[in-house]
Amino acid sequence: MAELYELSARELRTRIGRGEVSCREVAEAHLRRCEAIDPAVRAFVTLTPEVALAQAERWDVARARGEPLPPLAGVPVALKDNFCTRGIPTTCSSKILARWRPPYDATVTTLIREAGGLILGKTNLDEFAMGSSTENSGLFVTRNPWNLDCVPGGSSGGSAAAVAARMVPLACGSDTGGSIRQPAALCGVVGLKPTYGRVSRYGLVAFASSLDQIGPFARDVADAALLMNVIARHDPLDNTSVPVATPDYLAALTGNIGGVRIGVPREYFAQGVAPEVEGAVRAALDLLARQGAIVEETSTPHAEYALPCYYIIAPAEASSNLARYDGVRYGFRSRHDHDVLSMFETTRAEGFGAEVKRRIMLGTYALSAGYYEAWYGKALQVRTLVKRDLEKAFERYDVLVTPTSPTVAFRIGEKANDPLAMKLSDVCTIPVNMAGTCAISIPCGFHQGLPIGLQIIGKPFDEATVLRVAHTYEQATDWHRQAPALSGDGAAATPGAQE
Amino acid sequence: MARLTPEEVRHVAWLARLRLSPDEEQRMTEELNVMLDHFQKLQALDTTGVAPTSHAVPMANRFREDEQRSSLARDEFLDEAPETVDAFFVVPRIVEG
Repeated sequence: MAELYELSARELRTRIGRGEVSCREVAEAHLRRCEAIDPAVRAFVTLTPEVALAQAERWDVARARGEPLPPLAGVPVALKDNFCTRGIPTTCSSKILARWRPPYDATVTTLIREAGGLILGKTNLDEFAMGSSTENSGLFVTRNPWNLDCVPGGSSGGSAAAVAARMVPLACGSDTGGSIRQPAALCGVVGLKPTYGRVSRYGLVAFASSLDQIGPFARDVADAALLMNVIARHDPLDNTSVPVATPDYLAALTGNIGGVRIGVPREYFAQGVAPEVEGAVRAALDLLARQGAIVEETSTPHAEYALPCYYIIAPAEASSNLARYDGVRYGFRSRHDHDVLSMFETTRAEGFGAEVKRRIMLGTYALSAGYYEAWYGKALQVRTLVKRDLEKAFERYDVLVTPTSPTVAFRIGEKANDPLAMKLSDVCTIPVNMAGTCAISIPCGFHQGLPIGLQIIGKPFDEATVLRVAHTYEQATDWHRQAPALSGDGAAATPGAQE
Repeated sequence: MARLTPEEVRHVAWLARLRLSPDEEQRMTEELNVMLDHFQKLQALDTTGVAPTSHAVPMANRFREDEQRSSLARDEFLDEAPETVDAFFVVPRIVEG
């Protein structure tokens, strides 16, 4: 019989509803799993057993009284450590916020709590979500559950690893250039970046405000749909939250993709995509065609410009957003503070890590007098071209299918000293953020024991079609049912060693 | 486009309120130039007449009713500050005196 921590969120919720298991038992089973596995994986910055158990108690009491249970009652959820959680440290994996306890909850934190989700802990990330491997965390490095010598991807590497390692069935992350989809691909789980404006960013610590979006991680598409049903809400506290109706994403999973038009933009296969990744994606496209979809090659000619464009726009916005960390109102303050200006400079010099400094510098430069038009102004125009490419493709196609990451997970340290090589791992995901639309990554194969991700890009606010195509593919495959061979007591096997 | 010099990097660091050591300044100059070299391809693209996109989802100013609402408790914010006196944030000396 399966352990509780191996079950889907839907299955857990069903058993809780029937009274076959208590919320407390579910919470304890997952906390024990974290104690056994996380010393090796290191997905969590903070575990919150007292919070999870108190929430479990509340819903067990509600059930005993015969009250109706909300959709996530008793289901453990992990949050990336850039989501504000009232009274619970929210570090952004940065020394500058190492001891900060927010005085309020992010809207998504509130929605998950109200839906009965048990907040099990806060997960590691690249500092301020800047990176693609979680190696830029200012606290520690998270490991890939499939091979502990490899990175989990990033920046939401902790959330992806926690779901893959069966420490939680659900987690949330944030995606600015691929930070949900790329770690989902590298850890063999499902990760969805919703359309910009679909999920409230209130209480998400800002990185690049025109690109950031919150989304779910899960081990199958239906669980991701379940979490989307909870978090996709218009929020008056976020002025970029769009007041559109939220469909029932679970009801969208009809298993029928007959006549769905799939475009395959050839540029996404040209940019350093490994042959094993291309092979797995082509095989997935063949399957989708057999399932009734119409698959055609297409072109998005400006795809190659998306990456440089992103690395001007995102750092520019970050340099502005991160100006608030000055040692005055919250967070770390340097002791070297003989006057206020030197206090700002030394607080930021001591509090930020190398990649965050690089991006602040790049962004400040791109916005500075004399360079603004040539870099930032130019990048905004190129963003229009990248966006138009996708809009044009969506005149003809319902979804676009590409690889998520050009490679499987790389080894820890392999790209850490080359800031450019690391950035290339987001080449397939960045255009989606530039255009503000939605995309999912789902497992579509393995290479040398490491997962491969399939990206399905949808029209703005058409997450339902993306989820339906992903779910239909998943029904005919068992990639998502594979589990990494982790054992307890902090030790773990490395399944990648066999080839 | 001309390459960044260490002097420019020092100026940008000042704008960003980041104190860099001489070593960091050297390394930062090299790293930024590697990235900017790679990003040069943007400059080669003809964008004459292309409107800029600062936000992907078109939206105009959002207005709400100007109603009184309660805000979060002041003490909870002050508790998180590095240094406070009464209801104030304390910072190092700003003016001589």
